[in-house]
Amino acid sequence: MIQVDNIQKRFAEQEVLRGVSFQVRQGSITTLIGRSGAGKSLLLRHLIGLDQPDIGKILIDGKDIVGMTTSELNTIRRRFGVLFQDGALFDSMSVRDNVAFPLKEHTKLSENEILDKVRQKLELVGLLSHGGKYPSELSGGMRKRVGLARALALGPDLVFFDEPTSGLDPITRGAIYRLIENTHIDGEITYFLVSHDITGVMAISDEVIMLHQGKIIAQGTPEDFRTNPDPVVQQFLLGSPDGPIAID
Amino acid sequence: MRSDNFLESSIKGISEITQDWLADFGGILMFLGSFIYWTFKRPYRIREIFRQMDFVGVQSGMLIIMTGAFTGMVSALQGYNGMSRYGAGSLVGATTALALARELGPVLTGLMVVGRVGSAMTAEIGSMRNTQQIDAISSMAVAPIQYLVSPRIIATTLTLPFLSVVFGFSGMVGAYLIATQYLHIDAGAFMSGIKDYMTPNDVTQGLIKAFVFGFLLSLVACFKGYNAGGGARGVGVATTKSVVLSSVLILFSDYVMTTIMF
Ligand SMILES: Nc1ncnc2c1ncn2[C@@H]1O[C@H](COP(=O)(O)OP(=O)(O)OP(=O)(O)O)[C@@H](O)[C@H]1O
Ligand SMILES: [Mg+2]
Repeated sequence: MIQVDNIQKRFAEQEVLRGVSFQVRQGSITTLIGRSGAGKSLLLRHLIGLDQPDIGKILIDGKDIVGMTTSELNTIRRRFGVLFQDGALFDSMSVRDNVAFPLKEHTKLSENEILDKVRQKLELVGLLSHGGKYPSELSGGMRKRVGLARALALGPDLVFFDEPTSGLDPITRGAIYRLIENTHIDGEITYFLVSHDITGVMAISDEVIMLHQGKIIAQGTPEDFRTNPDPVVQQFLLGSPDGPIAID
Repeated sequence: MRSDNFLESSIKGISEITQDWLADFGGILMFLGSFIYWTFKRPYRIREIFRQMDFVGVQSGMLIIMTGAFTGMVSALQGYNGMSRYGAGSLVGATTALALARELGPVLTGLMVVGRVGSAMTAEIGSMRNTQQIDAISSMAVAPIQYLVSPRIIATTLTLPFLSVVFGFSGMVGAYLIATQYLHIDAGAFMSGIKDYMTPNDVTQGLIKAFVFGFLLSLVACFKGYNAGGGARGVGVATTKSVVLSSVLILFSDYVMTTIMF
């Protein structure tokens, strides 16, 4: 379980996170939504321990990861899978080696067993025939899918997806959602997503959280969201340019 | 008027650079600390070290042989020019050997490796930093210092003495050819001069220097890359600073070590 308690983060004059608190239920699919620039990716970086908040606590299974040493963090991160917004693939490695990286680092599998696993993961994201290519030889959506395969390689029980379906065609997007649903085990594996695809995430999420102006302004089931009376939430869900949220 | 401006901007430049370096100093010390911590922690990345040794050593071989040969040839010519004035022209073998072993081998090898290897390390690690590849390594519970930095520093530090020897050796081949073929010095006299005047200590001093230069240049290169911000431009700036700082450090530490071991 993840519990975030009043985290604040500022860059010079800009207060990005202004006291963010929420919980992610163990074994759920929880999605964070919010406007571009709201601080979603930044919040995700905090949950992974890549950025430190100015104030606040981040408890993962009861342990506060704020201020932990790298070694302590790594014990916890071993259970993580992370898909970065821009993929963050190793550009000096082939697609296959990218997916194999966590397996080589954290398992004692033989070369062949690793190769098998890699093939299996690449098949899952529909890239089996592209294993020998390098990231610079892939399209944006393909890169995203390699990132997804890498994030899921170790069978992690806590996975962070930063916009898993942005930049994908509708069919691939559907396939990715199916992949997310199929690999998720209710009650055991926790998936935390960031996404702008309201329709898609409403369909697969157990819980939705909305970050707005540095705070969590709503949290609940997709149904709660649809019936949420807050005009800010409603405007966001409808994607209307008119309403309390100004376009700046 | 022009020279005033030049002077003023030079002084300003120097003070800026000095401030920059002082600011770096603390950062480099911290970086050094975490390098030591992660290097002695398992797993040891032997394969990665060998890969880097290939890049630093084997792939620099031709460059070092060529620069070494030309340096040896020039040293022989210049040395002969000076020494023949007081009739010691046949000792050119010994003076060239001493210069190459004690000074030119390690220093010029260091500077060449800064240009070929140090710059590449800064650019590569810097671009990994800017495309979140370093974050990706962290997120997969691997320490980037251990995975990226330790193998590079270890490989460079261990390889530089070898390269320096290669440099010296090809320098001596060049000097021999110039001395015997062009200056018509007797081959026997050339060799016996070396035997008579050169001691193992001269070679050891050169090796120690090369070892230190390799360590300094790779430490600076990795530090600058690891902390490179600001996209492609930032990586460019970091690479320039890395090359300048490691070159200056090589010459400075050369002076310090020469004073100590004189
Ligand atoms: N290292 C940093 N230095 C300065 N400002 C930063 C830094 N990282 C993030 N920010 C700022 O924090 C804000 C939130 O950025 P973030 O990337 O988290 O947005 P986001 O919600 O993920 O947006 P998007 O949906 O477009 O991906 C932005 O205004 C950004 O400029
Ligand atoms: Mg983002």
